[in-house]
Amino acid sequence: MSVKNIMIVGVGGQGTLLTSRILGNLAVRGGYDVKLSEVHGMAQRGGSVVTFVRYGEQVAEPIVEAGQADVLIAFERLEALRYLHFLKEDGVVIVNDWRIDPITVVTGAAAYPEGVLDTLCAARKTIVVEAMKTAKELGVPKSFNVVVLGAAARYVGFGREDWLKVIEETVPPKTVEVNLKAFEAGYLL
Amino acid sequence: MRKSNKNQQKIREQSGTYALQGGENVSEKKILLGNEAIARGAYEAGVKVSAAYPGTPSTEISESIAKYDEVYAEWSPNEKVAAEVAIGASIAGVRSMCSMKHVGVNVASDPLFTAAYTGVSGGMVIVAADDPGMYSSQNEQDSRMVARAAMIPVLEPSDSAEAKEFTKLAFDLSEKYDTPIMVRSTTRLSHSQGIVELEERTEREPVAYERNIAKYVMMPANAIKRHIAVEERMKKMGEDACGMSVNRVEYRDLSVGFITSGIPYQYVREVMPEASVLKLGLVHPLPRKLIEEFAARVDTLYIFEELEPVIEEQVKSWGILKAVGKELFTVQGEYSANMLRERVLGQKCQVMPQAQVPARPPILCPGCPHRSVYSVLNRLKIHAAGDIGCYTLGAVAPLSVVDSTICMGSSISTLHGMEKARGKEYIRNWVAVIGDSTFMHTGINSLMNMVYNQSAGTVVILDNSTTGMTGHQDHAATGKTLKGEVVPAINIAGLCRSLGIEHVYEISAFDLDGLAEAFRRETKRDAVSVIITKAPCVLLKGVTFPDKCVPVQEKCRKCGACLRPGCPALTKNEDGTVAIDETMCNGCGLCEKLCKFGAIETRKADRT
Repeated sequence: MSVKNIMIVGVGGQGTLLTSRILGNLAVRGGYDVKLSEVHGMAQRGGSVVTFVRYGEQVAEPIVEAGQADVLIAFERLEALRYLHFLKEDGVVIVNDWRIDPITVVTGAAAYPEGVLDTLCAARKTIVVEAMKTAKELGVPKSFNVVVLGAAARYVGFGREDWLKVIEETVPPKTVEVNLKAFEAGYLL
Repeated sequence: MRKSNKNQQKIREQSGTYALQGGENVSEKKILLGNEAIARGAYEAGVKVSAAYPGTPSTEISESIAKYDEVYAEWSPNEKVAAEVAIGASIAGVRSMCSMKHVGVNVASDPLFTAAYTGVSGGMVIVAADDPGMYSSQNEQDSRMVARAAMIPVLEPSDSAEAKEFTKLAFDLSEKYDTPIMVRSTTRLSHSQGIVELEERTEREPVAYERNIAKYVMMPANAIKRHIAVEERMKKMGEDACGMSVNRVEYRDLSVGFITSGIPYQYVREVMPEASVLKLGLVHPLPRKLIEEFAARVDTLYIFEELEPVIEEQVKSWGILKAVGKELFTVQGEYSANMLRERVLGQKCQVMPQAQVPARPPILCPGCPHRSVYSVLNRLKIHAAGDIGCYTLGAVAPLSVVDSTICMGSSISTLHGMEKARGKEYIRNWVAVIGDSTFMHTGINSLMNMVYNQSAGTVVILDNSTTGMTGHQDHAATGKTLKGEVVPAINIAGLCRSLGIEHVYEISAFDLDGLAEAFRRETKRDAVSVIITKAPCVLLKGVTFPDKCVPVQEKCRKCGACLRPGCPALTKNEDGTVAIDETMCNGCGLCEKLCKFGAIETRKADRT
């Protein structure tokens, strides 16, 4: 197979690193070569963060570049829009219907764009996920990221059982149960 | 992680050289960060001592190596100390390592430049992690330049698997050529994950100690001779480099050839899999013959290296003028596959323009104690000479407190310099701000200078009980080591008083009135004073806020006072009243204190 390019974008602290680790382990389990690229340090403090996952028979570069992504998983609407141009023409964006105002918006220096979801839908195939609502129903709002991952699963590939197994092996032991539930809920959305 | 079978792997020293006895070759594949792979390589190579000061993108090397029981690993107060610890361990005959970010190499350069003269007993590796693109740094200097100046050889891996292999090789080369050696990483390598095959650790007996002042006491008479040895070693290594397997020629289509190394090699392979490539693993000293042969065989020759033209300038100095490098590629930032597509192949890569969206720069977390301290400094219109850490973020709106940031520890000394330039009155509305870890790193030296040279400056130590920006590492004042041992914590207030500073105050970072009073009083004082603001980092393990801040909408007068410090949990409703995101709020209570109308309350949170 040709290399599959996946991006996970969001706001620092939303759990992009954990979800990329799940994807990485999934690819290893599938017997693929895989490379992941992450952002640590300063940018993690509430800034815009992006993680790249590439898997296939052989992977050279560790990042996904503009116009190359097959799947864009976004934990926040504005961040989906920021990285939309990374998608291939037939790429798909899975977006969490959630808004976090950047500091530039809070201070009034900039305005949060109107109609982000419409812009996304007009440009590329778009799956909107109300992950926060689902995660709150599960009683653990912080598990929204795995709900989004569940909704993205069928576009990323791999079988449902593989996902569940890898999530179980990757997330902290105490959170296995809730993360499995969150994935299932997202998968069924 | 696996542990070696020590008995099976025991190595005996034979007539002064190492004899390797292969253990069972256990193959286990794991997906590892570049930094984890470097740590694994050092572990497998039998490293005994590792020292470092945290710094993005190098931090995870130490955090990973600390997990191995066979390795002593420490956080040192700064990179100079770390390098010296590694040098001492090497003199004592064991394999040692120090790791640091690129600017840490500057701090460590004093010992490194002379360790290049002494050489080693046990192999010694310096890991330098550069940051092209400055994801988390104050500059994007190229550590290969420093290594060249220091006459230290450099290996540069291009993925996690090589990161492990090259680190192991580095120890062998260090011992073979009697030199400290650098493994150079970049952010993209350090923070990318790839598949690595794990092998067993090879234990080594320490090299027997022999007093040798001609080699280890660098006074002029000895150093003059060692300088000759250094030159000979680098020349020999350059010749040998032509036959080293890490310098690999991949002949394919001869019309285009690339000389490259590290992560840029991957971009070449991605975009031009048919092009010929000379992949350099040892980037200093260069294998001149190998390069000349390669250059002669290919028609068009590109040199594809991030940051400075280190390879390019040497290659051109040998008369290979057809090489194309920085004429086409930049000295700034990270390279990419699209750069090759556009500049070499002339392709248009972007299928659609980037959307115009508001920037989302990093900010202080909700509940961060720095925000509270800065809100007071901002209100009092006090300027701050800043330093390196999360609190550098106080430079930007809306806090806008920090006016300068240069390097670790510089806040205190730059304030001192300002005072000496313009007099005491000039700094009445100035303070220096520095974090606890940065103060222990190099701030203490500057404070000693303030005492000695009779400064009137006010130093604010933002003590959040950790090294925050790099992801919560311990230091000498936290009472815990890298290995997790509980040890006596150096008392920062006591340390300052011991310098003879009379006015040292510890105040809660959330005591707004106390802070304001102390800032007003101490900036007027004609003597050095230290204000230590105390509250742990909100992200620190074990720190919990029992409360949540909740708006009382009917009392809100829409004045915006609570919004001024820029807490990301606070936004405005459509009617102008304040809204607080309960999933983000850590309940620090800063907004409640700033509200004069009682429109924000802190309530017990039912946390999940």
